[in-house]
Amino acid sequence: MTTPTQTAASTAAAGCAAPDQAAPLPLSVDLEKETVITGVVQAAGGDPVAGAYVRLLDRSGEFTAEVVTSPAGQFRFFAAPGTWQLRALSRFGNGDATVTAERGVNQLSLTVA
Amino acid sequence: MSRESALVSADWAEKNLTTPGVVFVEVDEDTTAYEGGHIAGAVRLDWRQDLQDPIRRDFVNREQFEALLSSRGIGNDDTVVLYGGNNNWFAAYAYWYFKLYGHGDVKLLDGGRKKWELDARPLTKDVAERPATTYKAQEQDLSIRAFRDDVVKAIGVQNLVDVRSPDEYAGRLLAPAHLPQEQAQRAGHIPTAISVPWSKAANEDGTFKSDAELTELYAAAGIDDSLDTIAYCRIGERSSHTWFVLQEILGKKNVKNYDGSWTEYGSLVGVPVALGDEPGKA
Repeated sequence: MTTPTQTAASTAAAGCAAPDQAAPLPLSVDLEKETVITGVVQAAGGDPVAGAYVRLLDRSGEFTAEVVTSPAGQFRFFAAPGTWQLRALSRFGNGDATVTAERGVNQLSLTVA
Repeated sequence: MSRESALVSADWAEKNLTTPGVVFVEVDEDTTAYEGGHIAGAVRLDWRQDLQDPIRRDFVNREQFEALLSSRGIGNDDTVVLYGGNNNWFAAYAYWYFKLYGHGDVKLLDGGRKKWELDARPLTKDVAERPATTYKAQEQDLSIRAFRDDVVKAIGVQNLVDVRSPDEYAGRLLAPAHLPQEQAQRAGHIPTAISVPWSKAANEDGTFKSDAELTELYAAAGIDDSLDTIAYCRIGERSSHTWFVLQEILGKKNVKNYDGSWTEYGSLVGVPVALGDEPGKA
């Protein structure tokens, strides 16, 4: 579990499990440097989908990362500036989106049906 | 080894939840996953707390591994079925770890936690209690574990397989993109390593691709079957997934996992590093 006081050194020593997607951005995250892609997975009616698997694919369509959405349907990636594809898998269906990300926080929503 | 001996399907697992001698083990780094719901009867292993030495960067030793498995109620003769989140990365790591310490019958649940959830199969919050055993481990089987000097010597000589994402390979990202990118070590890859992301071996639902698809994948990537192979990633768990594919599903010989991986290699003084999308020269 990522904590707000986590340091860069402890981040480097950590493993690969996705941090808690509902937690606030750790204080150690430098938004001058990081490209955060974040948002909410929604069902067709607009309800948030918890426990959906969201995959970040690079410009060639290759898998880069995957997280599981929070109880409020939230997901978050730390990427780099450029074009990325997002794909959500859930019991309620799948959905896709494309984002052209810049440094800082890039927000979007992803609908599954 | 083969697909039949190393993998079980979710259907098989659901039919064998209470079969004597079969122990389900969830392996995660995120301990809240198990608490939120797990396969009935499954005991838990925490990748960091249980499988890493708390002081040095290394595995728990043989005696600690024996104590761990004994406390979880796992016996030497049990069939251990491993599964977890992150597309079975840490379950594959544990599989390799069980093999390292010589466990006889260990299998991976195809698709892991993700397929189980997407299939809407049952999960429980009841914590499984198993009576303690007296587990005996073997000395580490170093034929499946690579250390840094093995890797440096393998440059240009053996198959080196970098299984991270293309952007990590090229040096455009330092970590998987679900983690903050700030890190101390250099970016890039080991010269002459080919890039075959672990994800190319798996379907979207986390199950492994067919034998024919996997064979074609590594042949097309340029793996020379006459040479030994070392797989690596950032901390050794995604490369366990690829080690599992190469040695346990496809039955290739002399495949090692480099658990030090990029967090070690990318911090070494004086070793060569290649940047960009090409393997680079020795």
